[in-house]
Amino acid sequence: MSPSTVIVGGSVGGIRTAQALRSNGYVGEVVVIDAEPHVPYDKPPLSKSFLDNSLEADRIRLISEPEVVESRIDLRLGNKAAGVDLSNRMVVLENGDVVPYDDLVLATGVRARPSPWEASDGVHLLRTLDDAQRLKEDLAGARSAVIVGAGFIGAEVAATVKKLGLEVAVVDPLEIPIGQVLGADVGSRFVGLHHANGVATHYGTGVDFITGSRGDLVVGLSNGVELTGDVVVVGIGAVPNVEWLASSGLALDNGLVCDEYCRAVGQPNVYGVGDIARWFHPRKKQLVRVEHWTNAVEQAVCVAKNIVRPSEPTSYAPIPYVWSDQYDWKIQIAGETAMAEDVVIIDDPANKERFAAVYGDSKGTYCGAATVNWPRAMVQCRRMLEGEFDLSEPVGVLRQMVSSSSKLRSASAD
Amino acid sequence: MSIIKADMDLCQGYANCVMEAPKFFDIDDEGVVVVLQQEFGEDDRVRIEAAVRSCPVTALRIEE
Ligand SMILES: Cc1cc2nc3c(=O)[nH]c(=O)nc-3n(C[C@H](O)[C@H](O)[C@H](O)COP(=O)(O)OP(=O)(O)OC[C@H]3O[C@@H](n4cnc5c(N)ncnc54)[C@H](O)[C@@H]3O)c2cc1C
Ligand code: SF4
Repeated sequence: MSPSTVIVGGSVGGIRTAQALRSNGYVGEVVVIDAEPHVPYDKPPLSKSFLDNSLEADRIRLISEPEVVESRIDLRLGNKAAGVDLSNRMVVLENGDVVPYDDLVLATGVRARPSPWEASDGVHLLRTLDDAQRLKEDLAGARSAVIVGAGFIGAEVAATVKKLGLEVAVVDPLEIPIGQVLGADVGSRFVGLHHANGVATHYGTGVDFITGSRGDLVVGLSNGVELTGDVVVVGIGAVPNVEWLASSGLALDNGLVCDEYCRAVGQPNVYGVGDIARWFHPRKKQLVRVEHWTNAVEQAVCVAKNIVRPSEPTSYAPIPYVWSDQYDWKIQIAGETAMAEDVVIIDDPANKERFAAVYGDSKGTYCGAATVNWPRAMVQCRRMLEGEFDLSEPVGVLRQMVSSSSKLRSASAD
Repeated sequence: MSIIKADMDLCQGYANCVMEAPKFFDIDDEGVVVVLQQEFGEDDRVRIEAAVRSCPVTALRIEE
């Protein structure tokens, strides 16, 4: 009998694992199980182009119908997995079916952290296509929205909802929400971006209550201010979908705990991919869990290789990368910026719409970068993160890019 | 020989393809992908397929 890999979770982590298995020559069966009934779709557009109606659901698919057939992927949608029987190597579905495996990939991701504030309706979370659909319907008749949480998803939703013509307010308990990740100086520019686009921010204050119903909601802040909105979106983080594995015997601790090869600890043929996986990062020498798209894709490739060649496994040591689109800003962040000790901001006098920030650790070594509207600079920054450089080196490269592009500009103006 | 096709209008300059296969992709000053080499052989297939699937906006495809 040919071997079989069962992948639980058919979002970007699961689907890219299935595809990478075929790319790497896997000849066994590939089964993908997902609780949702929808053909596998991509999540980043849910707060951007899908929410502002520029892309329809059929344009945000992760894999085309012909490719499912060609890659021989057995897609079992609308099936929730209820548990794993490790000793008999099978996945148990909620409907009672069992699916045997030789290798198992767990890619059930995370879900939006539930809102602790109850109102009768009109309060939204945003994680799934159904969530986005419901939010879109409520936004269609609304004039105002309050966004609770100014992380990536909250900030993107604020930008998109503003673009749709609503009056928008954003609330966050931190004074400079993205400051923890990018530092206060860069973070302040992000605060200013909301203001420049006419979105009000209520930062440094929490939410005490939300009352009312769709079309007439009141968000009560800890500082006494009461905001009104037709719609409220709560974006306060996410929690790993691991409860269904509770009795399996797998190590669970803020995600599925994996070794440096993305194998569940102590289980050579069980792997974790994407937002659910908390693996031992060999360079950082600690367990990390990353909730970004590119991580899911890169981890999928690593896991597929390790399933195909288990005797010579590849360890997984990615350089983190995430993008976000907010208003007219194309934001890209790479490496480790949160722990940085030093930051240098490089502005382009000839192009005020773009800038870069590079980060150094306690030894002055370059460790991360953020760019706005400057993809080419980010390519340089990402490449240099693969080596070891003093912070002054990426600074020099970026300043060089600024001066050569301004020379180019003045030359073409002559 | 297979051929890489890029949709410049879809491309958002995320550069995942460039990181995955620098011999084949780059980014221009406007932040749009440049395909450095359109044709590729079997030796590069796994890498190119990974690069195509790493594009967040499906701007890349392979034509056989
Ligand atoms: C609105 C939004 C915008 C985003 N924007 C960006 C962005 O701009 N840039 C970026 O880098 N990242 C972004 N992300 C993050 C990115 O989408 C995630 O990192 C990515 O989706 C993770 O993929 P995953 O496959 O690990 O998990 P998920 O996408 O969470 O998928 C998990 C899948 O498992 C299924 N599942 C769960 N439990 C079970 C079960 N018991 N049985 C069967 N199936 C189950 C779920 O139905 C789901 O389909 C965004 C996320 C959201 C929600
Ligand atoms: S990964 Fe896609 S969006 Fe990014 S540069 Fe390449 S083609 Fe463009």
